[in-house]
Amino acid sequence: MPEPMDKPAAPATADGWEPKIVAFFCNWCTYLAADLAGTSRMKYAPNTRVIRVMCSGRVDPQFVLEALAHGADGVLIGGCHPGDCHYQSGNYKALRRFRLLKRILLAFGIEDERIRLEWISAAEADKLRDVVNEMVAQVKALGPARLGIPPEDWAVGLEEEADEEVEGVTV
Amino acid sequence: MPDKPKVAFYWCSSCGGCEEAVVDLAEKILDVVAAVDIVFWPVALDFKKSDVEAMEDGSILASFVNGAIRTTEQEEMALLLRRKSKVLVAFGSCAHLGGIPALANLWDREAIFETAYRTTASTVNPEGIMPQVSTPHNGDVVTLPGFYNTVRALDQVTEVDYYIPGCAPTPNIIAGAVETLLSGDLPPAGTVLTPDIALCEECPRLESKPQELTIERFLRPHEVIADEGTCLLAQGLLCMGPATRSGCGHLCINGNMPCTGCFGPTSKVRDQGAKYLSAIASMLGFEDEAAIDRALDGIPDPIGTFYRYGLAGSLLRRRKMTPVDA
Repeated sequence: MPEPMDKPAAPATADGWEPKIVAFFCNWCTYLAADLAGTSRMKYAPNTRVIRVMCSGRVDPQFVLEALAHGADGVLIGGCHPGDCHYQSGNYKALRRFRLLKRILLAFGIEDERIRLEWISAAEADKLRDVVNEMVAQVKALGPARLGIPPEDWAVGLEEEADEEVEGVTV
Repeated sequence: MPDKPKVAFYWCSSCGGCEEAVVDLAEKILDVVAAVDIVFWPVALDFKKSDVEAMEDGSILASFVNGAIRTTEQEEMALLLRRKSKVLVAFGSCAHLGGIPALANLWDREAIFETAYRTTASTVNPEGIMPQVSTPHNGDVVTLPGFYNTVRALDQVTEVDYYIPGCAPTPNIIAGAVETLLSGDLPPAGTVLTPDIALCEECPRLESKPQELTIERFLRPHEVIADEGTCLLAQGLLCMGPATRSGCGHLCINGNMPCTGCFGPTSKVRDQGAKYLSAIASMLGFEDEAAIDRALDGIPDPIGTFYRYGLAGSLLRRRKMTPVDA
């Protein structure tokens, strides 16, 4: 049985901010690894919100964008190892989508470490623990993603102009 | 004045193509003019903003606003027309989802000004003069509209009742939409006035789309002379048909060019680019990372391809500009 962790995975930031990571785990491998980590009483960073999907191939790229747009600081996708997919090819689809999605997210200015795809089998509870801990530490170092712009802030960019406003002219 | 319903047209951040589209109604425009009074149309008629301001709120039956919202002036006009109109219609891709102007959301105002007024090869601006919202000039004050950091679709500025998509909307769907509005039998607010199915479903080349479509290499239109009878995706061309709403009469396909997605997604899709990305990636015929990445290099501008008309209306709306806190 793995050693329980006494210390948190990464120290909290000065203002106590903790990253929120949305995790999509496949029903047949990674979710079972998370289950095993739990029954093995492993301790790891509590920052993931796990959503169980039947297959990593079910993770629509829209889910990832939606999570980020609603305030997630990172997204983790967990699936079966290549060749082990319960549905033959779902994880390969996930991999191809992930490679292309990465390129899109980079163009959106989103750091590489905020989105991660990992193959974690039902037996690899320790890998799950390490991946989550590492990702939480990396995202913590990056800080909040702040991608969800509230509607009232969409029109930002005029503040400096307003300061320079000449009398009698409204911006 | 007779009691014909009043209609207004306005343009915001757009190219003028949507105005052309109205004129493209050809003789059908005479039917429109016979049925309505056009009370405001800056591109064609000499009515002023003050004329609109003088109208009673809600006295215009429908305002057709094209173009995205980039400046304070456009925002002000959109809000004014909203107030004066019973029905506000987002006309064309830019008003619908941001359109081409919204690709500027990959930059911010500072970067755009820097490029446009300083660094381009054809710019001569030794004093580094930048646009100002107000500048004293000969004892007077000269003003310009404010320029927002982010381009918005019309419905991100004010409430929109209906959408007529397209870059530009085709005469058929414009005529259909006008007919619908005049009939008084209005669809639920928020409706996009075109069929709610993907373009592929009515594509004349649908028969030639393989059941299991596999793409080995992406091609750009200039790299190949496409076969005129075969599914363009099956030929490696990035056709947006799977993630794009139909209604255009597949004009681009008829011209042997892939769909670029100007009608936006169907109502079941929230983010057209992500949906298309998903479809394209699943068709790719590779399983190892290196081969996948090599094939993806065949898409040199993924955002410009997948979000060509829809960046403002997408889930993330713009490139992240705020500096990251440590």
